[in-house]
Amino acid sequence: MSAVPISHDAQTIWAMMRRSANELIRVPGAAIPGVLAPTIFFLGLTSAFSALTGLRGFDTESYQSFIIPVSMLQGAGFTGAAAGVNLARDIEIGLFDRFLASPAPRWVLLAGVVFSASVRSLIPATVLLVVALAIGAHFPGILGLLLAIFLVMWMAIVAACWGVTLALRFKTQAAAPLMQAVMLALILCTTAYAPQELLTGWLYTVAEINPITQVVEAARQGFIGDVTWAGTWPGIVALAGFTLVLGFFALRGMRRTAY
Amino acid sequence: MRQQARVVVALGRRSVLQTFRRPQLLAPLIIFPTLLLAIQTGGAGSAVDLPGFPPVDNFLSFMLAGAMIQSTLLAGNAAGIALAVDIEMGFTDRLLAAPIPRYAIVLGRLAGAAALGTFTALWFLAIGLIFGVHIAEGIPGVLVMIAIVTASALAFGSIGAAIALRSGSASVVQGMFPLVFVILFLSSAFFPQNLLLEPASTIAEYNPASFIVDAVRDPVISTFSDDDMWKGAAGIVLVGALGSILSARALKRRLRMG
Repeated sequence: MSAVPISHDAQTIWAMMRRSANELIRVPGAAIPGVLAPTIFFLGLTSAFSALTGLRGFDTESYQSFIIPVSMLQGAGFTGAAAGVNLARDIEIGLFDRFLASPAPRWVLLAGVVFSASVRSLIPATVLLVVALAIGAHFPGILGLLLAIFLVMWMAIVAACWGVTLALRFKTQAAAPLMQAVMLALILCTTAYAPQELLTGWLYTVAEINPITQVVEAARQGFIGDVTWAGTWPGIVALAGFTLVLGFFALRGMRRTAY
Repeated sequence: MRQQARVVVALGRRSVLQTFRRPQLLAPLIIFPTLLLAIQTGGAGSAVDLPGFPPVDNFLSFMLAGAMIQSTLLAGNAAGIALAVDIEMGFTDRLLAAPIPRYAIVLGRLAGAAALGTFTALWFLAIGLIFGVHIAEGIPGVLVMIAIVTASALAFGSIGAAIALRSGSASVVQGMFPLVFVILFLSSAFFPQNLLLEPASTIAEYNPASFIVDAVRDPVISTFSDDDMWKGAAGIVLVGALGSILSARALKRRLRMG
């Protein structure tokens, strides 16, 4: 394969990312739901459950520091799901048919959507981080911050693959609650609220086997302690696994979609 | 009078049927609070060991009332959305041109919210009983809980109706959705008021939603307390009165503007 098609593919992906960015510039309100919900949840959970840090076995005295990576990942989940909703909208108005009729390969169209979501996830992550630091969360250090941002962006890719799969399956924005609810459940059915040993009932078991727990723990490292490779690689493996599986389904959906 | 009641019943019946026929209206009221109830019960279940936590059998017993009121707040929002859709589609204009009392238009819609309130109360009671919640006050306690949850759905529905009548836009009412969680987090819905972080603790002390949640929770975790019941009733009356006044004003404004 020559370098020219790769350059064309990169240009197409870049154009789709620019289109996504334009939407935010032209309709700034489009970013609000993805920012507002995780911010309200972050502030609300901090206000409600801060006393949990008084329990024996809690890793930190700052609940803000404990919960902020969860809220950032939640923001990424919502942003990724929104990419699916936007795709469903494009399908409904017939715009996606035009993309499919273009000479761009299917994987390029998918990459354009998921990378856009990945970049857009930086908006809620930044707002949440500023709010968290303002109300007393620990600064995670440069390495901890970079790691958290890296995992947040990757989580948005996973969520976008899920959103795209459903958008191509149902071809309607009415599937939005399913896109969002599954991501929310996936992120919250982890050690989101409390360390593993303090979880009770069914959630103890589910959090233990949910691979996203590893992502939450990896993103949390810098906020409550030191970043280590041993605490990082399980999160990367988990995200890679989700990307492979959901990326496969999203791409299969793209390939099966006729124009 | 009897004819007016018939109109309210007919519109209420329409709104109830409409809600149960449209899963997209019903699902968020049930699925989201149930999911959050399950996760918070497992995630923060150890909180019952904290000093200052009220004596309860388990965290689910404490959380059940919060989930019910969360659901009624969402029911109020859904009632507002449905009314706004009626306004957008011109159905409300037809009702306004009909020889029926104006209040029946709002009251009929609120009947739908109340029915949803009863449904959610039964849903969460069933979940609670299946997963080991013991209602300390027994059958009378269950009946009181259903009554309070139904009345609070009516009250919160009046706020949703006021926003719908004022804005006439379903997307504006839908945009109020995050406010539901602001109200809940600033109340004793998810955690005891004395253990909340400031300023949430102080706000929760005066938040009518706290009074209503505490009244629903009271028969579950203890014997009836007059203080909690009166405060709960006052909270519902306060929210309902505010919603009714705002709805009446918004309806008058809408009629004046045409």
